[in-house]
Amino acid sequence: MPKLTIDGIEVTVEPGTSIIQAAEQVGIEIPRFCYHDKLSVPANCRMCLVEVEKSPKPMASCALPCGDGMVVHTQSPKAKQARKNIMEMLLINHPLDCPICDQGGECDLQDQAVAYGYDRSRYEEEKRAVTNKNLGPLVKTVMTRCIQCTRCVRFGEEIAGVTELGVIGRGEHLEIGTYVEQMVTSELSGNLIDVCPVGALTSKPYAFTARPWELRKTPGIDVLDAVGSNIRIDARGGEIMRVLPRLHEDVNEEWISDKTRFAVDGLKNNRLDKCYVRRNGKLEAATWDEAFAAIKAETKKRTFGAIVGDLADCESIIALKDLMKELGAANLECRSDMAQIDPKHPAGYLFNTTIAGIEKADAILLVGTNPRTEAALVNARIRKTWLAKHIKIGVIGQKIDLNYPYQYLGAGPDTLAELSEGKGAFAAVLKNARNPMIILGAGALRRADGGAIQALARKVAETFNMVKDGWNGYNMLHTQAARVGALMLGFVEGDEASWSKVDALYLLGADEMAVENIKPDCFVVYQGHHGDKAAHRADVILPGAAYTEKSATYVNMEGRVQNGLQAVFPPGDAKEDWQIVAGLAAALGHKLPYKTLPQVRARLAKENAAFAHVDEIQPAKWTPFGKAGKCESKPFGTTVENFYMTDPVSRASKTMQACTDAFVKAQEEKAVAHA
Amino acid sequence: MSVAVKKDFEQPKDFKFSKENMVKVELHIAKYPKGRQASAVMALLTLAQEQHDGWIPEAAMEEIARILDMPRVKVFEVATFYTMYNLSPKGKHHIQFCTTTPCWLAGSAEVVRACEKHLGIHLGETTPDGEFHLSDVECLGACVNAPVFQHNGDDFYEDLTPENVVKVLDDMKAGKARPGSQTGRVTSMSIKGATTLHDQAKKAGVKENS
Repeated sequence: MPKLTIDGIEVTVEPGTSIIQAAEQVGIEIPRFCYHDKLSVPANCRMCLVEVEKSPKPMASCALPCGDGMVVHTQSPKAKQARKNIMEMLLINHPLDCPICDQGGECDLQDQAVAYGYDRSRYEEEKRAVTNKNLGPLVKTVMTRCIQCTRCVRFGEEIAGVTELGVIGRGEHLEIGTYVEQMVTSELSGNLIDVCPVGALTSKPYAFTARPWELRKTPGIDVLDAVGSNIRIDARGGEIMRVLPRLHEDVNEEWISDKTRFAVDGLKNNRLDKCYVRRNGKLEAATWDEAFAAIKAETKKRTFGAIVGDLADCESIIALKDLMKELGAANLECRSDMAQIDPKHPAGYLFNTTIAGIEKADAILLVGTNPRTEAALVNARIRKTWLAKHIKIGVIGQKIDLNYPYQYLGAGPDTLAELSEGKGAFAAVLKNARNPMIILGAGALRRADGGAIQALARKVAETFNMVKDGWNGYNMLHTQAARVGALMLGFVEGDEASWSKVDALYLLGADEMAVENIKPDCFVVYQGHHGDKAAHRADVILPGAAYTEKSATYVNMEGRVQNGLQAVFPPGDAKEDWQIVAGLAAALGHKLPYKTLPQVRARLAKENAAFAHVDEIQPAKWTPFGKAGKCESKPFGTTVENFYMTDPVSRASKTMQACTDAFVKAQEEKAVAHA
Repeated sequence: MSVAVKKDFEQPKDFKFSKENMVKVELHIAKYPKGRQASAVMALLTLAQEQHDGWIPEAAMEEIARILDMPRVKVFEVATFYTMYNLSPKGKHHIQFCTTTPCWLAGSAEVVRACEKHLGIHLGETTPDGEFHLSDVECLGACVNAPVFQHNGDDFYEDLTPENVVKVLDDMKAGKARPGSQTGRVTSMSIKGATTLHDQAKKAGVKENS
């Protein structure tokens, strides 16, 4: 353990720690551009120069490992002068266009120029100009502002797994470019904007709309997939301007997917901001009282069933469950996509290994899932693990385009059955692995024999000793933010698909379901925030709040309970969802026993103790889940056809439409051309 | 300034290494440990350039990326970094004038001017018939025989003057130009003939300094 002195503070660090990291540990910040703690270290910006005693020249602290007895000065005249000189060099070709630059106010170069630069330039020659690149509909480029830190190149190579950006040319002509004009096709491309320390890469949809100091920043939780990414919602007045990632090492690290980041403009379109009641076959605007009265008239004649959609928060789920109990409903469902999941066995439906736990795995079997489109950040974690240890990855299901190599094993349950008997090509890999993992996706569950497939997957897990002390390698990968929360709250009653027989249905934002299977004379209440598929079928529409408009609890696929805060108010008459349910209950004469958010949360904890532990994971007990039975041999399907449009929010988003046009359709055309 | 490849010429649709070159490709790859085959990228780019009339088309970079199992942009990075890889056609005869100090002192500027006048093009341009392309490079390391130019990245033509360079170009077009000194001196010996080691000079057939 090397012991060194930085600015007079003695610190002992792990071997291999760089000086910049050691300085961070004792609270000393060293300026940097190219260094990023999640990326490799190229040491090419030279901004982090420090003085190390006995070394004749200043040293780049990001690339210098701590040595025993080193004496480092970060504020000595020599170190300061070195930085000043570097800053002057960097600013030679950097344009003075901060007033029209979107990075202004949150720019590393701007901040550090103020802190370490000269107050005037000695440079009188011509500055160079660089042609802008077209990186697609999400990332805007102003390449003249680039200082060649190569963070974007390294991000593409190391995290996103798409090596499309590169350092082209040399010397004065060096620039960041792609191979012969092409877009960056990655579901994580938005993070390029965050890693860029200057205004060379900025957000295209957000361009020229706001300044960072005008924005109100609210911590939230993303619901557009089941990862539960921690986000920061930036709003100005009542309008959400953008979404940025918030650091959570165990979930999303400091990345978010493009859908999470850019789909928020969908919250402005196609919103439900009034109550509607169907009169003579037509939906007409109504007041809350009229809407509640219309529902009340039907509760006397009909028995209700309820379906929870993919974006629902836990508070509204528990409130709806309590209301449905009062109404005597026998049909509660949260698996609206007909996935065969048993709510009684948490070990069977959780991502037990945890997302951070993936990094400990040394062999991964993917069954009926494409993590790249279903949970981009889980995929990023798998890639990170592959990059670090070159682990073996096997795939059963569709042949998918992943950004790491895998062994294709087969298309359907037959391959899985073979593996469960310890046979097949991948058996040896799993057998020799110390921490093997299986990830089961919805592609393997949305079928009649889904229960049997889970039993088979459990057998695979048990055959290869995937569940043992300190390690649970059995995982289910969900795509719906509400799913695990609803399962944990037991929002499942009655048989699967029996909701198609009930004569009154309460849909809590349920859009990803076969609406056409609802009985024609069924009375449908839709509570949600977008006029999507199910709202068109509804007889009464109650306008709810989207995930940025309520303080709510969500459970991600690992079973991690997280709270997001309200960033803006819901539009028009819309209200927070649990309050709508509670209000309706009161109107129907069944008062729910809670009035405030803390009281609802106490109710959540009573239903399932896990809700009392925010941001903690309770390991699930290994119980025999799944159903006995035969599996059909038909291949596993895919679930996410278009990564950019999976829910009412992203379907209403113009940015996501542009991405679909640019990436998905271009790919389809290419496939047609190849055929 | 941008290094983006100029688009005023046609890129071939595909590129394949010839059978003989494929053998060399295998040899180059075999030099490096398994999994480090990307190290052979520079050798392969050189091979491609030799095979493809002195320049590397996009299709060749794609083929090299495929053979070495590396991202295309990584091949592009290397190809754009080194000035000796040509990414656009350089004519049948690529003339690279040395214009660094020793050649310049010996009159390279006049030699270049004479060439430009004779061919009707400037440095960095190709004649309309595609025969000649002129460019200037840094020191070629043949300062003793200055001024010099390099032909197609290989042969040196030395001791140039505004007069003899025109003849060299015409001979080159006719296919009878000879590399080396254009004033008849042998290798890098003194211009005035041997000044020392007279016996050895005699044996080699060099005329005696009078």
